[in-house]
Amino acid sequence: MPYKTTIEHTVFSFTDLRDLLAKATPERSGDQLAGIAADGPVERLAAQMALADVPLKTFLAEELIPADSDEVSRLIVDRHDPAAFGIISSLTVGEFREWLLRPETGQQQLEAVTCGLTPEMVAAVSKIMRLQDLISVASKREVVTRFRSTIGLKGRLSTRNQPNHPTDDSYGIAASAIDGLLMGSGDAVIGVNPVTDTVDDYVRIVALLDELRVRLSIPTQTCCLGHVTTAIKAIAAKAPVDLVFQSIAGSQKANDGFGVNLALLKEAHEAVRSLGRGPIDANLMYFETGQGAALSADANFGVDQQTMEARAYAVAREFRPLLVNTVVGFIGPEYLFNGKQIIRAGLEDHFCGKLLGLPMGVDVCYTNHADADQEDMDALLTLLCAANVNFVITVPGADDVMLNYQSLAHHDAVYCREILKRPPAPEFERWLVDVGLTDMAGRLLDAPPKLADYMADARLLGA
Amino acid sequence: MTKGDLPKERTGSVDLRRMTDARVLLGRFGAGLPTRAAQSFLLDHARARQAVWSAVDWASLRANLSDLGLETVEVESEAGDRGTYIRRPDLGRKLSPASAERLAGVRPGCDVVIVVADGLSASAIDVNAVPLTRAIVERLSSRRLSIAPLILASLARVALGDSIAEIVRARIAIMLIGERPGLSAADSLGAYITYSPKAGTPDSRRNCISNIRDGGLRADSAADAVVSLVTDMLKTATSGVGLRDAVAKLPRD
Repeated sequence: MPYKTTIEHTVFSFTDLRDLLAKATPERSGDQLAGIAADGPVERLAAQMALADVPLKTFLAEELIPADSDEVSRLIVDRHDPAAFGIISSLTVGEFREWLLRPETGQQQLEAVTCGLTPEMVAAVSKIMRLQDLISVASKREVVTRFRSTIGLKGRLSTRNQPNHPTDDSYGIAASAIDGLLMGSGDAVIGVNPVTDTVDDYVRIVALLDELRVRLSIPTQTCCLGHVTTAIKAIAAKAPVDLVFQSIAGSQKANDGFGVNLALLKEAHEAVRSLGRGPIDANLMYFETGQGAALSADANFGVDQQTMEARAYAVAREFRPLLVNTVVGFIGPEYLFNGKQIIRAGLEDHFCGKLLGLPMGVDVCYTNHADADQEDMDALLTLLCAANVNFVITVPGADDVMLNYQSLAHHDAVYCREILKRPPAPEFERWLVDVGLTDMAGRLLDAPPKLADYMADARLLGA
Repeated sequence: MTKGDLPKERTGSVDLRRMTDARVLLGRFGAGLPTRAAQSFLLDHARARQAVWSAVDWASLRANLSDLGLETVEVESEAGDRGTYIRRPDLGRKLSPASAERLAGVRPGCDVVIVVADGLSASAIDVNAVPLTRAIVERLSSRRLSIAPLILASLARVALGDSIAEIVRARIAIMLIGERPGLSAADSLGAYITYSPKAGTPDSRRNCISNIRDGGLRADSAADAVVSLVTDMLKTATSGVGLRDAVAKLPRD
């Protein structure tokens, strides 16, 4: 169905919902690369004005990617809850924005509509919201998940301690993990991206991280971010797997590019649950996403990258994850060209994930071929804290020596805790005090020598 | 550093800095980095950005590999220039018509084609491509596998290797490509190995070995891993995420 809007006698028309959404998207290189972006700021605004008048119901009637050929679309249709949609079913996209911003719309109201929202509705409304709107609404939506720590409580910020090493060396991983712990990082997860994807390495890495966690009684989870098929084999071998990780995207074809589908994810979820390592209702999955993933696999079907990203969240929420994060600046300048585009995308992803009920975190990051730097990351991190982001990722000195990109430094987590007053998960906060790493006010202390020695004596670690 | 280099007995605390090249134990003033550490990071970032924008010295690479006796063919993608290459990876995956014509002149039907490609780091090729290519060629030759002419590809993305291999009708493509530079490693090479590659092959059909450089995975070990994958692929006629299962199902020798 075509859409149009008239600005001072000029009629702007858009061939269908897909075209309208793409042209209404704030400028980014990925949609320009795909050849679906607006021609300029006026056409973009015309699209945003037309989009504001689209009833939310339209998103249930007009498919972006047909459900008979795409299992993600099918999942979105199957899981839509008409009763939860009831409260907002008469609204247009523009009125939905206003409803979200009203002070009367709080946690209870947002939680109630979660299963009535589709990724496309959420993506659509985000396109007509500025950064402040995205922050105002996301900060009202608390999504709490639990394993050994409780993540996502309002006013707190958790961190993934990411101790990657270029050859997966056990001592290198341990040293980096310990450096992060001494800086107070790791209450969301201590998670390694492995260089190779063999079962042996996977088992070695989770065993090493588990031993570190157990020896120091750290109330957190550990994870090796290998492929889901590797995780299933490691679980079969009774390796200490806390969380199963997988990268996911917003179409069946794009997930195929990652070597996964819904059935395989379900198998992995059941496998990790069978280990019984957490409380009975523990959240056991960890997903990463990022705008541009579908386009880079030639699996976007003419849909803009931000809407495709929101569709990935439909896949994620099917498996009650503990953690989900967009790796926002990792994909490169062909999708998000500069700091401005990365910052907006990070806040959009966080907003969309939260509205869909996900425990959303962000890897605040960029690559060396993007037009961005650490100052852009300072801005995004500070804005995300205002938006009540569940967790961010930190590495030693902001430099990931394995994945070759810049994330946040463990120092940045100290900035959040001490300057922005965002303490970590309560269990981990207590642990930091108990082991003498922070004082009662949560201020980081120099590690007590005994602890530093004990931690640093990584030779005692297995592997 | 590997664990073998560490002292065997406990002699007090171990310096984490000896165990990883990561920026551990930087110290802090509040949440801020010490000034020297902050500026050292900025310098590395400036260098990495510069590495993205430089060009490979192909003449020197050809000269250093001339004793292998492999013919070389230079190709380029449709990107045209580095700025377009950065913003348009789709063009970096397409062979320019002139390059396709040049490849059509290559005698088709080898087991393996090796493509050396600039990717996002010219310095990765300048520093690491010669020893790695040499080590791979030696291992392939000793297994009596036939090797197509060496392809040197400019403004190239990984998938450019698919079209190249399709034209020269190689059973396997080995793409050695400059990875996007990090701060401490601006010269990392990645190797992507694909069985029966053709235009449109999904990434899940590739096996990848990354971080090939001194201080990461060394050329000899990387070549062992690459050639082991090649051998497995030839035995199983598959590659990518299904390879390990296919290998496990092979009858034991």
